[in-house]
Amino acid sequence: MSATIIALAADLAAGRVSAVELATEALARAQASTLSAFITLDPERTLAEARAADALRAAGSAGPLTGIPFAQKDIFCAEGWRTTAGSKMLGNFVAPYDATVVARGKAAGLVTIGRANMDEFAMGSTNENSAFGPVRNPWDAARVPGGSSGGSAAAVAAGIVPAATGTDTGGSIRQPAGFCGITGIKPTYGVVSRYGMIAYASSLDQGGPMARTAQDCAVLLNAMAGFDERDATSLQREAEDYTRDLDQPLDGLRVGVPRGWLGDGVSADVRAAVEAGIAQLEALGAKRVEVDLPHAQYAIAAYYVIAPAEASSNLSRYDGVRYGHRAAEYADLADMYAKSRAEGFGAEVRRRILVGTYVLSAGYYDAYYLKAQQVRRRIAEDFATAFSACDVIAGPIAPTVAYKLGEKTADPVQMYLGDVYTTLVNLAGLPALSVPCGFGEGGMPVGLQLIGGAFSEARLLNVAHRFQQTTDHHLRMPPAGAPGAGGAQ
Amino acid sequence: MPLAPDDVRKVARLARLAIADDEVAPTLDTLNRTLDLIGQMQAVDTTGVEPMSHAHDVSLRLRPDAVTEPDCRDALMANAPAAERGLFLVPRVIE
Repeated sequence: MSATIIALAADLAAGRVSAVELATEALARAQASTLSAFITLDPERTLAEARAADALRAAGSAGPLTGIPFAQKDIFCAEGWRTTAGSKMLGNFVAPYDATVVARGKAAGLVTIGRANMDEFAMGSTNENSAFGPVRNPWDAARVPGGSSGGSAAAVAAGIVPAATGTDTGGSIRQPAGFCGITGIKPTYGVVSRYGMIAYASSLDQGGPMARTAQDCAVLLNAMAGFDERDATSLQREAEDYTRDLDQPLDGLRVGVPRGWLGDGVSADVRAAVEAGIAQLEALGAKRVEVDLPHAQYAIAAYYVIAPAEASSNLSRYDGVRYGHRAAEYADLADMYAKSRAEGFGAEVRRRILVGTYVLSAGYYDAYYLKAQQVRRRIAEDFATAFSACDVIAGPIAPTVAYKLGEKTADPVQMYLGDVYTTLVNLAGLPALSVPCGFGEGGMPVGLQLIGGAFSEARLLNVAHRFQQTTDHHLRMPPAGAPGAGGAQ
Repeated sequence: MPLAPDDVRKVARLARLAIADDEVAPTLDTLNRTLDLIGQMQAVDTTGVEPMSHAHDVSLRLRPDAVTEPDCRDALMANAPAAERGLFLVPRVIE
């Protein structure tokens, strides 16, 4: 199924199809798929949600998303659903309450097809860090879908569902969207509530939509975003209609390309596709300008201090007492903590907890954590300067197309380097999206990243929408019969 | 200065993470390479730069001190690894 939310919504509104029918078809595709895009399917719950959506429509209260099937990243607590965050630690955890994103989805009438696979606690760029097995890329089952929202991206790209939720701490919406050839937006920090979203690095984490088109992302973001008093960092702002500017012309748009971003640091195929994407924006009336982000090269360093530091603090809650995994045998309370955590967390999560614990420990705090926060400000200042000379920044999402499973697992530090174009955006708290701009090595999709100033989501979606009206990369589906693409029609 | 094996054991203890003897060496290697990567930021001149802990220049809100959560005790206790009579069970800590 390659239909967009907009198309399905029209079918639902006209009575050509019901929410129950759409959900039944999506469930069948999810069950037939060999991508491991889902951690949990619960057809009874799904069909109950679909019946509720049909009832809402029958009562004349349907909105633009009522009855639309989607995949919920397994990081959002949803009452009654097993919610694992991709971790053995939460392998038996049934959420006792709804995250705000989940509650908003329910109110809009969205239908949860299943809980999307992800890197454990959102830590990873390949989805190989899931305790429930790696997700396969629908374009080539030997390759990773990206991460951490890899299940979400694969489920949309394979046509199992038209939409999914994701979260992005250092690129976890944009990079898998790029690797799988779909569209995904990380909103400005504070726009989408973090309440009930299992925490990784709280000053960076931000939820957002993933779908086939920018237009669909805009409609989804309308449902996801908004002030929430239960999230202390949620911003008190007027509600926005993110679809309002979709059709605005791009004449005179200043597209900033950071100096050095399309040099030797990216592979030739990615460079060619991104250059073609920028050229297409120019053909639509945009003007290309060069900008400087002199501290961007230090973003990975600062990110791999701040994110692990916050993670080590956030993940201290998993102690085997109130919920989560508890070791079977232990000598005393301290031993129970240590064994439960060592058994419950996977290797990458343990690594990041150790790094975070170290950089926050006595004597090292100033040299690492404080320094990283100062570099963070330098990066944010770079963006502020750049946005005085341009309206949006364009560049790659990742240095290469999706690589093979196992290729980077042996060396996690090499994997971190792949986050070079994404982490800086989270450090600055800015919105950014990934839009398919072509295909590279092995016929794999390439994503174009568009970064904007704070609260410029509507503008970014406008640029991506106009781009998609004159390109067809986002309409391409993984080849029929591609191994693992079971469920694509 | 690179970390030594005893540093890894100490950090693991602080993090309440059991670490097997044969895990110390590979963990040490990855941590040291991660610290090398992190060390690149020392090249940035940050004299007088205010540390940035939040994406926006706002102070955190306060809310009225009022009860907002319904009673969900049973749902919460259902996730406990060991519970009895509505209490979490832990190993004896006081003899």
